[in-house]
Amino acid sequence: MSLTNRYDFVLLFDVRDGNPNGDPDAGNLPRLDAETGHGLVTDVCLKRKVRNFVGLTQDQGERDPAPGEKRFEIYVREKAVLNLQHQRAYSALKLDAEDAEAPPLELVEPVPEKKAGKKEKRKGSGDSVGKARDWMCQNFFDVRTFGAVMSLGINCGQVRGPVQLTFSRSIDPIISQEHSITRMAVATEAEALKQDGDNRTMGRKHTVPYGLYVAHGFVSSFLAKQTGFNEDDLGLLWQALGQMFEHDRSAARGEMATRGLYVFKHDSELGNAPAHKLFELIQVARKDPTAPARGIDDYRITAPIAGRLDAFPGVELRILV
Amino acid sequence: MNTYCLEVSGDYACFTRPEMKVERVSYDIITPSSARAIFEAILWKPQIQWQVRGIEVLRPIRWISLRRNEVGGIVSSRNVETAMRTGTGDLGLDIEDDRQQRAGLFLRDVAYRLHAELHLKRDAGADEHPRKYQEMFERRAEKGQCVNQPYLGCREFAAAFRLIRDPAAEPPPIAESRDLGFMLHDLDFSNPADPKPRFFRASMEKGVVTVPAWDSEEVRG
Repeated sequence: MSLTNRYDFVLLFDVRDGNPNGDPDAGNLPRLDAETGHGLVTDVCLKRKVRNFVGLTQDQGERDPAPGEKRFEIYVREKAVLNLQHQRAYSALKLDAEDAEAPPLELVEPVPEKKAGKKEKRKGSGDSVGKARDWMCQNFFDVRTFGAVMSLGINCGQVRGPVQLTFSRSIDPIISQEHSITRMAVATEAEALKQDGDNRTMGRKHTVPYGLYVAHGFVSSFLAKQTGFNEDDLGLLWQALGQMFEHDRSAARGEMATRGLYVFKHDSELGNAPAHKLFELIQVARKDPTAPARGIDDYRITAPIAGRLDAFPGVELRILV
Repeated sequence: MNTYCLEVSGDYACFTRPEMKVERVSYDIITPSSARAIFEAILWKPQIQWQVRGIEVLRPIRWISLRRNEVGGIVSSRNVETAMRTGTGDLGLDIEDDRQQRAGLFLRDVAYRLHAELHLKRDAGADEHPRKYQEMFERRAEKGQCVNQPYLGCREFAAAFRLIRDPAAEPPPIAESRDLGFMLHDLDFSNPADPKPRFFRASMEKGVVTVPAWDSEEVRG
């Protein structure tokens, strides 16, 4: 089923003694807003985790897909997570009927003209780029969720995904700690000789003692129709946002977890309330502002009761985590 | 024709300068083309077009620098077509093999009042009336409705918006005046396969940037 509602969501996640997102500009220190001291996590960092989660949990095996079936391949892969076989079977069948539905008139973006331009340039190859685009959406979860850009030098081999994520920012300024660590081994023989066989090297590790971060996100049902992103995909997205940190353990990350996923479901496709007003309903504040926060219990999260919102007719709040 | 005013704001923004787009550097303020896209995210139909005529800058121009790991490649449609034909293939992209680190110089804590005119296109059809679209836009903008959440240059920088009925009753923009140099006005899509950028000389007078009409002499290709 294709989406018939607009969704806006607030994602709360925390980190304890870990580095949620290193800054390549600052020697992998946790990202920091230098002016205010707040921690940052980029949109692409979270999208990477959604991709990895879907890659891990959904069937990636080699088999013939059923007609019209949507598959959960991931286009932008991370080797460490997805070193499975790469030769895959794809559905060469046309998209299912649902996706062929003409979107309502008002949603037609200036694509038709562009397609005409493509035809001119590609000499009689018809709308093959459009077909390839639809086919990619059908086979690749990340393409139909976040979008992708296709090559061939044409300006518009482009998929705009329905899911839009913002930078996450910590509630309070974070401090980042630097730890020196030792290793009882060396990488090369030359190094061992230099140390007379002492074989010790030192390294550095940066952690945030504790940080609670907030991200905002949006799902447009209009763009969902263009990519075939449906209710099942949306359910998988919510699941991924709720559980992605559970499958992203590493030495650098420390303990990370999703602490809240508040989804505002609008009755209409266009929406029933401005997103920023809905986001303001989720208030997070430190219980004791004089002591540093070291756990989720140090924060008070105030949110309306799940269900219909009295202040915003036509909007329903779902608390998924 | 009718003029509408929207107040938009956001934590970050990047209106990338075309001459520095590998390591993105934003223009000092929102470009008319980006402002147009905000109006279009609320209402766009093939019969109408938006012309941005004025930008009021409501907060001081401040910057933040950020480096991210990005993917260098794009989807190869030739490989896609082969896989489509044969039913098997090796698609996908390993980020470790195709990684680029790019810094960006973005704006932070931005807010603007955007003034734009809603025009009917000349070939809109004889039975079209602008009133219909005007009321549609007013209804949507009033309620915070949109087709997709508007953004400030890039999709990760989402924008909050508010319809301003009476711009005169709002607080004044920042007091600063400066020459912003040549700035992108918009792209000319008359040949869709090869859009052509057009520029204008932007100058901010006490926080107000007047945007010349698309077909005026000040806008150069």
